[in-house]
Amino acid sequence: MASATAAGSSGPAAPQAPKSRRSVTGTRKAVAALFLLPALVLLGALVVYPIGYSLIRSFYDQSGDSFAGFDNYRALFTDDGIRTALKNNVIWVVFAPTVATALGLIFAVLTERVRWGTAFKLVVFMPMAISMLAAGIIFRLVYDQDPDKGVANAVWVGVHDTFAESSAFPKAHPGRESPLEPAGGGAFITKEPVSAGQTVVLPLVGVAPDLMPDGAEKAAAARPEDGKITGTTWQDFTRGKGVGQLNGVDAAELGYAGMKIEAVKDGEVVASTKASGDGTFSLPAAADGALLRLPADNFAEPYNGLSWLGPSLVTPAIIGSYVWMWAGFAMVLIAAGLAGVPRELLEAARVDGANEWQVFRRVTVPLLAPVLAVVVVTLMINVLKVFDLVFIIAPGSSQDDANVLALELYRKGFASDQPGIASAIAVFLLLLVIPVMWFNVRRLRREVRR
Amino acid sequence: MTAEAGSLTKAAPAPSGGTAARARRSLGARLAERVSGGLVQVFLIVVGLFWLVPTIGLLLSSLRTPQDMAAGGWWQVLTEPSRLTFQSYEELLKNGDITSSLLNTALITVPATVLVVVIGALAGYAFAWMDFPGRDWWFLAVVGLLVVPVQVALIPIAELFGKIGLFGSIVGVILFHVGFGLPFAVFLLRNFFAEIPRELLEAARLDGAGELRLFLRVVMPLGGPAIASLGIFQFLWVWNDMLVALIFSDSGSQPITVALQTQVRQFGNNIDILAPGAFISMVVPLAVFFAFQRQFVSGVMAGAVK
Repeated sequence: MASATAAGSSGPAAPQAPKSRRSVTGTRKAVAALFLLPALVLLGALVVYPIGYSLIRSFYDQSGDSFAGFDNYRALFTDDGIRTALKNNVIWVVFAPTVATALGLIFAVLTERVRWGTAFKLVVFMPMAISMLAAGIIFRLVYDQDPDKGVANAVWVGVHDTFAESSAFPKAHPGRESPLEPAGGGAFITKEPVSAGQTVVLPLVGVAPDLMPDGAEKAAAARPEDGKITGTTWQDFTRGKGVGQLNGVDAAELGYAGMKIEAVKDGEVVASTKASGDGTFSLPAAADGALLRLPADNFAEPYNGLSWLGPSLVTPAIIGSYVWMWAGFAMVLIAAGLAGVPRELLEAARVDGANEWQVFRRVTVPLLAPVLAVVVVTLMINVLKVFDLVFIIAPGSSQDDANVLALELYRKGFASDQPGIASAIAVFLLLLVIPVMWFNVRRLRREVRR
Repeated sequence: MTAEAGSLTKAAPAPSGGTAARARRSLGARLAERVSGGLVQVFLIVVGLFWLVPTIGLLLSSLRTPQDMAAGGWWQVLTEPSRLTFQSYEELLKNGDITSSLLNTALITVPATVLVVVIGALAGYAFAWMDFPGRDWWFLAVVGLLVVPVQVALIPIAELFGKIGLFGSIVGVILFHVGFGLPFAVFLLRNFFAEIPRELLEAARLDGAGELRLFLRVVMPLGGPAIASLGIFQFLWVWNDMLVALIFSDSGSQPITVALQTQVRQFGNNIDILAPGAFISMVVPLAVFFAFQRQFVSGVMAGAVK
């Protein structure tokens, strides 16, 4: 079949354009058509036809029977679900590409300065290989609310507790016949004032044995000291009659290591201290005649981290997972651009006394501007269509808050049977990428016509 | 929007004239350089950990029993490595839904990749080296389709497939992927083929080769690098797809991504299915990534606009 085309061959012609790609075999049009047919048929049926169909469908009502004018497009801006999706898409398009590109730029510049830059690039680029579904599952695990399971909250709570000390005794409270009484706001205070040389007992109950602080030792009775107030605060574990002594330190009981104690006179704190491992403490003479208070922050509930996938943080959290996937893409493109930057320029700037920041800001970034623009625009197009990550990471309870256009299209078109509105969303998405389409075609037209 | 990017391993050119410039700098400047170099290393190590930890978390989670998972975070195994077990994987591979969906993933991905490469190469060659009226305009029209979002086609094609009985079938999913893979394939291959030296084609032509022979014996072998990039990109695109299969496949033809997403609805109770399932679905893409780094990078770079 192919050999039949040889007949019309007229040798290497096309003198008018030396670089012409005129056929070397003088192909008959029928053969060209055969080569093109499969691609054009599939493109026509699967890409071009749907564009036309969606366009028309978007002007008909949900059943498809009657013309609805711009009603479906009006819904884009009036339907609450779509408006949330639009708002989130704007957040996505503004933040995800810029953050990913900024990180990619930083990584690309810095990896040039270490010997193991290639290994670093491999690690950061690797998420590009996996599916958004897998990335979604990975980040569902990361963002788990329970700090004992989700690594994000584990780290966050760890950092938080380093700076703001957490309380050790969230459920402790006075037992029967206690010398303490509630002082409001969760604090406890002695009923009687204390005096120097006296020993005080501050027993509480209610801390589960496995939740006692690691430093807790067997409680010890305090020894009286002249000019000081000494005492013990401990878990007075008195189970029924005969086992241990109420408001007395028994052998098996543990001290409240680290419990804060304040001496209060007329509403003002005159002295304060912390109990040691065995629960003993001592206060200076200044506390003479004061009431001893166990302030409320001893008993506050432990900090439980952020609700990453709750309504307010869910979109930033998912954008975080997107940046995790795509910063590597930005990094590799920018690194390729950076390899083309003449080293002499950077070196010249350094010799002229510019510091590294100035070199980066005034030389590297301006030279990379075209690459950065390509990366940002590519990511913007990509972000417009984000679906899988939101679909997988946002739990059912906050999926409405995390909604994006592509997800809303899926819901309207396939879950709630509103193909008219779904088609309007599709056309809207298409309109948003048309500038890029136009740019691509225009740039290529010059190349094609060489 | 496309760039022939270098691979990850391409080293940056060494700073030129470095020694002369360096000699002129003071000891203090060199010391400052050392310190900032150390800071850069620390920063990059921390960032690298940030990037690795989520994946390590999934891997270690998949190697724990559901009871251990309920009891605490995956990092507990760092102190108790003996508690790692393949139990979840063994259970998973006995699960008929999962194994058949893994098979479906392969049955969808391989044909969708081969078809895109073959059909795209035929058209790419025609656009590069054949004469027919309006050739460049047709090509530009195809390029224009590059950025069309798949979302535009979901509803129309669902109705079309419904009418012709392809809805819910593997063939339907493959066709959709081929349709949306073609603009990029034609674009990439036409540009690559156009760079083939004319003399090579003429020499083959003088030996009596016709179009088909020329295509199979000269153009396709010379197009190897571009075909490899395209093939890897398309393979990963289809392998990793969830949205298209979510709509066009049914419970018998669904790939692993769709099978797993149904499990996500009850996240927490079934981490023993999700974690190993997600990891198994990642193994092939990761293997491709490490084995074909160069082609992978150039494919992803060129095709990211999709």
